[in-house]
Parts: sequence; C-alpha cells; structure tokens
Amino acid sequence: MLKLEKRPQPSKAWVWLAPVVAVIATMIAGGALFALLGKDPLVAIRTIFWDPLFSEFAFFYRPQLLVKGAPLVLIAIGLSLGFRAGIWNIGAEGQYIVGALCGAGVGLAFYPMEGWFIFPLMVMAGALGGWAWAMIPAVLKVKFGTNEILVSLMLVYVAEQLLASMALGLMKNPEGFGFPGSRNLQQYPSAHNAELIAGSGMHWGVVAAMVAVIFAYVLMTRHILGFHIRLTGEAPRAARFAGVNPARLILVCLGMAGALAGMAGMFEVSGPAGRVSIDFNVGYGFTAIIVAFLGRLHPLGILLAGLLMALTYIGGEIAQSRLGLPAAAIQMFQGMLLFFLLAVDVMTNYRLRLTWREVA
Amino acid sequence: MTAPVLSIKGLTKAYPGVVANSDVSFEVMEGEVHALLGENGAGKSTLVKMIYGLVKPDHGSMTFQGKAYAPAEPRAARAAGVAMVFQHFSLFDALNVAENIALGMEHPPRLADLAGRIREVSETYGLPLDPFRTVGDLSAGERQRVEIIRCLLQDPRLLIMDEPTSVLTPQEVEILFQTLRKLTAEGVAILYISHKLEEIRTLCDTATILRLGKKVATCTPADTTARALAEMMVGTVLHTPERSGRALGDVALELSGLSIRSPSAFGCSLKQISLAVRQGEVLGLGGVAGNGQDELLGALSGELRSGPDMVRMHGKAIGMLGPMERRRIGLLCAPEERLGHAAAPDMSLTENAMLTGSLREGLERRGFLDWGRARGFAEAIIARFDVRTPGPGNAARSLSGGNLQKFVIGREVMQRPEVLVVNQPTWGVDASAAAAIRQALLDLAAGGTAVVVISQDLDELMEIADRFGALNEGRLSRIRPTSELNIEEIGLMMGGAHDMEVAHV
Repeated sequence: MLKLEKRPQPSKAWVWLAPVVAVIATMIAGGALFALLGKDPLVAIRTIFWDPLFSEFAFFYRPQLLVKGAPLVLIAIGLSLGFRAGIWNIGAEGQYIVGALCGAGVGLAFYPMEGWFIFPLMVMAGALGGWAWAMIPAVLKVKFGTNEILVSLMLVYVAEQLLASMALGLMKNPEGFGFPGSRNLQQYPSAHNAELIAGSGMHWGVVAAMVAVIFAYVLMTRHILGFHIRLTGEAPRAARFAGVNPARLILVCLGMAGALAGMAGMFEVSGPAGRVSIDFNVGYGFTAIIVAFLGRLHPLGILLAGLLMALTYIGGEIAQSRLGLPAAAIQMFQGMLLFFLLAVDVMTNYRLRLTWREVA
Repeated sequence: MTAPVLSIKGLTKAYPGVVANSDVSFEVMEGEVHALLGENGAGKSTLVKMIYGLVKPDHGSMTFQGKAYAPAEPRAARAAGVAMVFQHFSLFDALNVAENIALGMEHPPRLADLAGRIREVSETYGLPLDPFRTVGDLSAGERQRVEIIRCLLQDPRLLIMDEPTSVLTPQEVEILFQTLRKLTAEGVAILYISHKLEEIRTLCDTATILRLGKKVATCTPADTTARALAEMMVGTVLHTPERSGRALGDVALELSGLSIRSPSAFGCSLKQISLAVRQGEVLGLGGVAGNGQDELLGALSGELRSGPDMVRMHGKAIGMLGPMERRRIGLLCAPEERLGHAAAPDMSLTENAMLTGSLREGLERRGFLDWGRARGFAEAIIARFDVRTPGPGNAARSLSGGNLQKFVIGREVMQRPEVLVVNQPTWGVDASAAAAIRQALLDLAAGGTAVVVISQDLDELMEIADRFGALNEGRLSRIRPTSELNIEEIGLMMGGAHDMEVAHV
C-alpha cells in the first residue's frame, strides 16, 4: 500500500527536483499523446526539444528563444512576487495588452517626429499602462474585498475588446488601405525596439527581463519587502504581527506585476510584433503563470523555465509545420507541464512510503 | 467499583524517530476517575488516541469490559462504549446546540426528539444547556457541556477527557466535577488528562504517570503532594521561580478607556479597558479564553489600531502606531498562537528571528537584510533559552510546542523590551521549560521592564504577578494586588458580573 506521510519540513531537494521530474513526465505523457495521433513520439519530442537548439536550422531558431522567452520571464517575475504573497493576479494578459496599447500610443502620437527620448517615453507609458490596469483589481480588493482572481481575469477580456477597438479605430493606420492594425513601428526608427546585436534576438525587452531577474532576486533574498512578501504568503497573521500592511502589499505586488507585464507588451508591440493588431496578444500573460510555477516562483528558476517554455513554443511551431501536429496538441503539452508539476509538488511536503498491511 | 473497565497491556507505538509509547500497562476500574499525567511529549495523547481508535498500536493488547478490544476507528470505539471529549472543540459556531450534536451522530433522530433528550441528559447531570442556542454565542464552559452531552448520549462506559478544565473558571470547574462524580457513581470510568495537579488531587482516585513514553508510576494522588507529582513527571527536582524585591518605577504603559471592535465575527470586542503598568512590575491578566485576550494583545502589538490616546507609553499617545513603530519605542509582544502568528511555520528559525528582531537587533539597514546577524541572533536565543533544535536553519514547525514557545518568548526577551506583553506564555509547555520562561519574565521585570502576562493558568499568575485583573466579555475587572487574593475571589473576578448566570442558565 502506498502512503503519503507529511515531512517535518519541506524537502529542499524536491523543490528543485520536482520541475525536472515534471518535464520528464510531460515528455513521456506527451510522447504517448503524439503516438496516439499517429506520430513517432521520439521524433516529435526531438523536434520540440532538440531541433530548435541543435539542428542545422538552429541558427534561425536560437534568437527566437530570446524573443519568446523575454516577455514570459518579464511577466512571470512580476507574477511571482504576488504569488509568493498569496495574491493571485491571473490577468497579466490584460496588463500586457494595455501596456502595449499605451506604449504604442505614445509612439504613434509622436509619429513622424524623430528623437532619442521617444522610446524611453514609450517604455514608461507601457509600464504605467500595465500598472494602471493592475491597479483596478488591487484597489477593488483593498477597498471592497473583491476577489483579485476574478477581477483581473475579467479585465483580460475587457482589454481584448479595447485592443480590437484601437486596432480598428483610434490607432488604425491612416495609410493602411482600410486594413485593421496600426502603423508598423518597425519602420519608425525612434519607436522601434530593434535588435541590439543583429541576428541575436537580443532586444531591449531581453535586457529588461535580465534586469528584472536580478532585481527580483535581490528583492526576495536581501530586502525587507521581499521578506514581507514571503511572510505574507506563508503566514498572513504572522506577517501582520511583524508589521506588514496587507493593503499596501497588495497594491505593491499587483502594481509591480502590472508594470512588468505592461513593459513586456510594449517591447513586443514595438519590436517583434511591430504593430497593434486585433490578435496581437498570443497568450504570453497566461503562459507566464506556468513559467512562474515551473520556476518555483524563484527568479533564477523563472529564467530557466521561461527559456524552456519558449523552447516548446518554437519546437511546437516546427512540429506543426514539419510533422503536422495540431496546434492544440502543443498547448496541451504546455498544460501537461503545469499539471505534472503541481502533482509532483506533493513530494516537497510529503514522502511516499511503501507499507505492508498494518498490524492491528 | 471492582472490575477493570479497561486494561492495557504492553502498548507500544513508535513514529519515525521517536517512540511515543513503550510498553505501557495499566487498568481503569469501574466508577473511578483515573488521571493520566505527564509532560508534553510524554505520550499521553498517543496513548489516548490508541484507546479511541485513532492510532493503531505496534504491540500490546487492550481489554475492554472483559473482551479483547482493538478499535480500528473511532466509530468502533464509540460502539464499544468509549467516548472522548477533546481539548479543542469541534463545533460549528453558526449552528445551534442540537444541530451540532446531530452532526456527530450516525443515525440522528428528529431534532425535536433530540432536543428532548439533550434537556433530559443535561438535567440529570446538572449541565444546564438550551438545545436551541447558537454555539457561537456560548461561553467556553457551555461549549464543553455540548461536547460532554454529545458523549453522554452514547451512554459510554469509559469517558476520556483531555484537559477539560483549561478553559473553565473555578466555579465552572466545580460544576464539571459534580457532573463527573455523578457519572462515576453510576459506574462510568473516567480517564482524565490534565496538567493541573491540585485538580487531580481533589478529583482523581488513581493516577498513572508517563515520562518519555514509559509508565513511571501509579499512585493515589490524594496521598501525595502536587510537587511530588510534578517531580515524578519531570524526573528531576523542580526549582521555583524567585521573586526578588523590586522597586517600581514610573508608569510605562497606560490604557485608558480602550475600546476596539473585534475583527472576527465570533471574537470579543474590548470595552473601556483601563490599566497602568509601572516599570519593574508584573501585571497578570486572567480570564477564560475568548474574553478579549487575543484582541487585547492585538491592541497592544499594533495589529489593531485604536484612538491614539487610548494607549500611552511613557505618557506618549501610541494607539495609532503599527507594530514596527511600537517595537521601535520598546513595546514588544508575544502572541498566544505560536505557529502562524508568533512564528511562520515553514520558515527557518533565522527567518523567524528576523520577523520581530529586524529593527531592534539591527538586522536591517535601509531595507536591506543582514542574514548573518539574523542567524547569530537566532543562535543566541537558542543558546540562552535552551531551545532543542539541530540549528537555526530548521523550520519553526519542526520544533515541539514547548521549544518553539521558548524561542518565541526568548526572541522578545532578548530584545531588551521596555514593556513586554505575553499571551499564554507557558501554554502547552512542560514544567521545567515553563519555570524557565517564568524566571525570564521575572528577571526582565527585575531589570525594570514592565511586564503584562495574559494567561489562563491562575497558578502561574499567582506565582509571578504583582497585581491581578481578569478579563470578562471584553471588560477588565478592578486590578488588585495578588497577595490579597484567594482563588475564590479570582473566580468571581473572572466570571465578572455575569458569573452566576453562567452557572445557573
């Protein structure tokens, strides 16, 4: 008989082992899924995890790793601060969209003027937009005790409508022959988030993600605010006893998450995406939730998890075009990763014991 | 009162890393009150859990009313005639008494019939209780009556009671004892677990004493002294805290007309509390749990804010300050609930030292934390208060209750407070650790700190407090010097103006 026994304290080893086991379990279950779809599972797994990095076309895919990983890491870092404190911001996707709209809006407002100050202004506007969007659930929670999960999630759909309205109305390219979507910021040098080193995939968003990782690491391990965030998540009553103001913490955590998600949106719209379009968002805000948990809500873990997730995005696209795997199978693959992680996580606090029938 | 109701032979139960019970044997006779004595961790609760079918023994056997007895689950134990009143009540505040009792039954009768039976049992055993009152409105003593009546409805032959008097006033204890004596007269055996030795000497016919999982003695409590019982439990000679004569200084902490609404629906709001504590003085505040103790601690720690003038320290209004600012000026607190309030269970002792020590111990500079010094501070607490743990890197929840309590009290004591407020400083702590904690509080007072001890342990308050007041429904009684009080008067103070109501409902 298998029995779960609570550990006296959480296992340090399993905290880091769990994601690895989860990835392996996902590969096995995913392989089985692909086999059921009639594909060779080994080829499929290799296409997703190996080819983007080491195949002959890897030079093309590797930069994509940074391009796709940066927004995930940036958003996930922000989310992890709140998650550590038990504040569940599920609406990063909305904050990402609003950040992109604000950033692009500032850029488009200056068009066609050139100036070094335009891009920094756009970054600030993007951060501010995401922050403001996140302040809605934050203030409602603090003032009226609403549930931030529901409010932030609902605001994603509001943001999507706002995006559609902007792409079709206010921000539509006047020289776009009536097609929806804004001017392409890639063709507006002052607003373009261009590659810093050609062919590397490195843009300002990647730099921001790295800075965010370091900033979050120092905050969580060395600063009193990080300590209070962890304390609030682990023992809210002890946190109040220590002197944490819960309302302030909610505003700070949701605000930081919103600002980072907004910045991620802004870097995306002014760089890889180029323009505000109806379907500009591709779900980074939701995938970042998986990244945050897969990375153990730890900044360095999030960095690795973000890159892994980016890999499955790229590998998934390759698998779609080369093996004809459906897009939904790839999404399911990503979902499985979170599923297995949460399941394996039990081992952090419990140990599995094989027991024979108990003596009465 | 001749045949044994329950006899236990060689019961042994081991958990990974610890033997909770080793070869324990004794007998509980029909119609006797049998005390089970021991420090925390001596194995009392494991033993009782085995009798009640919650835990299976590794070795050994039990006989109940002459038949082999090995309950697989509490339901089997109840069917055999064993009932248990737990220390922590399992009642739903929002339901009434009859509904709560029906919830615990396998085939509950109609509520009206059940209410009739509840009335009948409550009258027979002198436990006044209205079946239709909402449990959330009941006092702790009345809640316990619900639990007892729930057990009596099963018509048990053996009734197990775990620390039943820890939540009662002396008058309520007297009512409980009368009930228990009526039960034993009918031949019911009672297994009675308690820390309160004087109580055991008045009530119990026999006592079995456990130490470190083993039975060390069986004796007749009335023939021995409380001190001798305590020393059998601990295995060493106890030393009594010393009170040196102290000169009292100026008023350090003053409450005037402190009123605060409780943040929780079933909490107790504070009403017009006024008191003053001088430097070097120990003020003891007694009272039955749930009469405003948590709220008072919150109002002093800064977790609950009040009007600025309601709380004053050295004459300065501080009612609006938060916990950090109060620590800055030297007002430190140690709440009752160790895990989750005073300490974060999954965090290490170093992190828990940081929890309140960041400011006064200089563990933080402009927001940045010095973990090296925090570790040093945690090590200092561990060394000075003899906290048994492999090291400061261990999680708070891995410590036993008593050790964590020593750490939590030690953490505040070592920060050189000007005013220290502690709630239930020795709750669930073994006798020698309790003595050490009390001594630390007295030493602090001798050094000029004003100490406020909130406790339900009256013996403790009589031992260390200079003056005594009681909380009742959020009001504070008149505060009087401990030396001129006897236990009878304290009981009346704890019951407040409504004590007789509680006794005669």
